[in-house]
Amino acid sequence: MIQVLINGAVLGCVYALVALGLTMVFSIMRVVNFAHGQMYMLGAFVVYYLYGEYGLPFYVALPAAAAALALVGVAFNRFFFQPVLASATREENSMLMAVGTALLLENLALTVFGEKQRGVPPVVDGAFVFGDVAEGGAILTHPNAMVAALAALSILGLLAFVQYTRPGRALRAVAQDKEAARLQGVDVKATTTLGFAIGAGLAGLAGGLLVTVYGVNSGVGVNISTKAFIMVMIGGAGVTSGAIVGGVLLGFAEAIGYDLLPGSITYLLIFVAMIVFLVFKPNGLFGKPWG
Amino acid sequence: MNPLKKRDLAIALCFLAALAALPLAIGPSRYLLSVLMNCAGLSVVAFGVWLTFTIGRINICQAGFALIGGYTTAIVLSRHGMSFWLALPLSALASAALGAIIGSFILKLRGIYFSMLTICLTEAIRLAFLNGGEFTQGSRGITGLPQPFAGESPLPMYYLAIALLGVALLVTWRVHYSRVGRIFRAMRLNEDLAESFGTDVWRYRVTAFAIACALGGLGGSYFAVFTQSVYPQSFTVEHSIYYMLYCFLGGLEFVSGAMIGAFVLTLLFEVLSQFQQYQTLVYGVLMIGVILLLPNGLMAIRARALEAKA
Repeated sequence: MIQVLINGAVLGCVYALVALGLTMVFSIMRVVNFAHGQMYMLGAFVVYYLYGEYGLPFYVALPAAAAALALVGVAFNRFFFQPVLASATREENSMLMAVGTALLLENLALTVFGEKQRGVPPVVDGAFVFGDVAEGGAILTHPNAMVAALAALSILGLLAFVQYTRPGRALRAVAQDKEAARLQGVDVKATTTLGFAIGAGLAGLAGGLLVTVYGVNSGVGVNISTKAFIMVMIGGAGVTSGAIVGGVLLGFAEAIGYDLLPGSITYLLIFVAMIVFLVFKPNGLFGKPWG
Repeated sequence: MNPLKKRDLAIALCFLAALAALPLAIGPSRYLLSVLMNCAGLSVVAFGVWLTFTIGRINICQAGFALIGGYTTAIVLSRHGMSFWLALPLSALASAALGAIIGSFILKLRGIYFSMLTICLTEAIRLAFLNGGEFTQGSRGITGLPQPFAGESPLPMYYLAIALLGVALLVTWRVHYSRVGRIFRAMRLNEDLAESFGTDVWRYRVTAFAIACALGGLGGSYFAVFTQSVYPQSFTVEHSIYYMLYCFLGGLEFVSGAMIGAFVLTLLFEVLSQFQQYQTLVYGVLMIGVILLLPNGLMAIRARALEAKA
């Protein structure tokens, strides 16, 4: 049982990172970035190529993944989302655009990288062992521990950035009220771009972290996006604390489910549970009602 | 009748007439007919998505309901030996009933929440069929379904597809250009306002969703006998997204939009079939291009000029 909880905690940390990225974009732009999972996948590929193929150190490859995806985010925002948001007559347009970018990224990756599952050599070796494994003890491998620690560190870093720096305050102001923020002299356009870049960068970071444990293939995007939607809906869209709680909850639910149930039944139950939950709490745990 | 509605009707009727007359002109070419049958089936499913757009909901679970319709048909055909002509309406009914039940809970969600939830719902329905044990035969699916028509000629099946397309078009047309359709539009523009004017919003949106799901089930049932098989992978999130793209490409303001979008995209890719490996990539590029350049769809081309003339 301890083993299950450890697995859950590791997953929870990374999932929270994924959910934070999605919620960041949503809170600033009111757009759900459907391509979030595909950005995760691209981040994983950046680490795969830089670290796995070209042998650069991991601590170079990981920030490179985040930076590369942040750039993709900036470009998407500038060329795809801003024109649509500026000219749309129906609110569906921006969402369809998000779906379109997801489709584009996924198929671009399929064409360029192929369908093969790929992994990278472990960054660290060894494991922490708690108690006697044969008698209910548990193992936390060093790669897992590293992933969880780096994910938790990134989350703390992001929270500190949003809470205490000037751009961070601008982000929160724009999320609360665009017009009021503009009146206070916040550069809304630059802040929106920053928000999208951070959101995309977080997806890349999460992908770059998890590739060291699970590997990657071009098709993981939809899967990750779906998980991110679950977390964000449970916690409440656009709420930072909600994303973290949602991520941790899903991590534990998944770890416990995979331990007790065969294969894909876990996710069937998670979906059903989520739909029932949303019937009673349509705005999630911490969300505010919105149209 | 306003000129846009008139044009909508004219295009829809001409299109159906052309489809019906086509085999006489080109002879029963099996390949071309099967492409058109595919288009017709996709249009039937896409009409459902189009209808949920009119109440202001982005429906990404249509593939799930097509899957329900497909499995209903497959199960009653292969296990109970029921006639296809009973199985077809039964599948639509089963999808509609499930849609009404699920919809009565989830339709209170709006906007992006609804879309995210419907994506999860498509996945959930697929997983349910995947884990259905002997009842749904898991990932092996149900294969070897009997065909409704004896004989070699593809023509009866072709006319069935066209007839279903006609039915779907008629249903959507009747709903959209009626009092109910006006209420749907009012709900899309402002649900709270519509409610304050005494509209039973809950009832109408469940109705809309149930009709949409029925069309999905009808299409799913048709595809099950068309391909003589159904698998959990037959209809996935990706398909749901394509249905949405068809509606959007055709135009969300015009009833024939869903049909035009489905035919244009599917035929386009048959023409470009040597680029098959890039097909889905082109879909992605096209989707972005259409949203940027043609935000109101193909059917809206020259719509402004027509309106000004009237």
